[in-house]
Amino acid sequence: MKYTVLKETHEKMGAKMVEFAGWYMPIQYEGLKQEHLNVRENVGLFDVSHMGEIRVRGDKALSTLQWLTTNDIAALENGQAQYSLFPNAQGTGLVDDLIVYCIDKHKDYLLCVNAANKDKDLQWLLENNQGADITDESDQWAQIAVQGPKACELLTRVLGAKFNHIQSFHFENFDYNSETLIVAKTGYTGEDGAEVFLPNSVAVAFWQELVEKGQDLSVKPVGLGARDTLRTEMKYSLYGHEIGEDTNPYEAGLGWVCKPMKKDFLGKDNIVKVKEEGLKSKLVGFQMVDRGIARADYELFSFDNKPVGRVTSGTPSPSLGINIGIGFVDIDYSAIGTEILVEIRNKKVKAKVVKTPFLQKS
Amino acid sequence: MSNYRVPEENYYTKEHEWTLVDENVATVGITEYAQNSLGEVVYVELPEEGDKVTQNSAFGVVESVKAVSDLLAPVSGTVVEVNNTLLDDTGMINDDPMNEGWLIRIEMDTEKELAILMRAPDYKKLIAEESK
Repeated sequence: MKYTVLKETHEKMGAKMVEFAGWYMPIQYEGLKQEHLNVRENVGLFDVSHMGEIRVRGDKALSTLQWLTTNDIAALENGQAQYSLFPNAQGTGLVDDLIVYCIDKHKDYLLCVNAANKDKDLQWLLENNQGADITDESDQWAQIAVQGPKACELLTRVLGAKFNHIQSFHFENFDYNSETLIVAKTGYTGEDGAEVFLPNSVAVAFWQELVEKGQDLSVKPVGLGARDTLRTEMKYSLYGHEIGEDTNPYEAGLGWVCKPMKKDFLGKDNIVKVKEEGLKSKLVGFQMVDRGIARADYELFSFDNKPVGRVTSGTPSPSLGINIGIGFVDIDYSAIGTEILVEIRNKKVKAKVVKTPFLQKS
Repeated sequence: MSNYRVPEENYYTKEHEWTLVDENVATVGITEYAQNSLGEVVYVELPEEGDKVTQNSAFGVVESVKAVSDLLAPVSGTVVEVNNTLLDDTGMINDDPMNEGWLIRIEMDTEKELAILMRAPDYKKLIAEESK
């Protein structure tokens, strides 16, 4: 099992620790619901050091990444970040989803990938490399996400006024205790805030400074449990749930990160074919009408008992007080307002397709 | 850590349910240890009065935000009472699992099945072991 440098800090803060993707991680501290709501109302700290960091450098960095991702990296300038996908070679599914950070246009990019997929990603990148210099930097980086309506106030206190100038999906370097942090205005909660890449040596000091300077902002640590309910309320994809080796990005609602008109990429023809032939299935959000919580892999049915899809994620929504779910349904059942049935332990209960994100920000 | 209440008069299962026997009726609930490891209960599914239950078979479900756990019948018999107030107030299972948060009452087919359940000292050992 792998440990983040914040392990002792979590234990001292009363975290319940579990194994996740080979890492010993905090699943919750005082309680999932309180942590979730504190991110929506104040500010939360997440240790996401388990995430993988892969560096792609050299003269062929851009051309390699253009071939191996679906989004258009050529559009990125230094200091910009972009959500993207690794398509598999056959174009039948996705190897991972990721964020690409453009450090030096054409020749230096940092990729943030899922912990559970990092080794697979690295192997796949090396197999399909078009001449770039690809290295695994995961062991060098800790990562702390600071999220919530008061996150930017807190980060400004710790990092100075320069933080305020960073726009969404941009990043800047900051000196901190003689080390360099990469501070990106990205996140996985739907709230304002940043994800901070830190050399391991300064992660504990940075976390503690956030805790100390955020007392009056009600800063609280947040475990992986609330991280999942927060992203589900926004209908953000989680690899292994909404997306996987058999997911077409257009069906998963990720067509906006596929740029087939701009460039060629691995598996492109088959990925685009699904869209051109007309989508047969679509990822939707639904709300439970009857009692019950939809869970991943539960089957979805029409009212005349036809199987029409499957659940990818489901949870009670702490912010909304209703039970919500995400799933793939046949296109005929994907319109907002459509009533469907979720089979929960051999019983079919009512749900309806709703607008997403579930949480509509005012 | 080991401050969970484990009343002497109850029987216990390794799935962390307690059973209190009065004549031939067994009252069943989940233990303090169980509610603590489960976290906040957000959903519960219980049988109906008159349903038959079988020792070690699922009679219902409790769910926290992240986990679904089967409730296993500690003894076989007929459900004679169901704590339906829990359906609207699942929090009671967390707040008072050993009393107000009881789940069902079973009219036992035979008292012989009680022999394979644990008594308090053994159950205390089990939770001490699992808390490590």
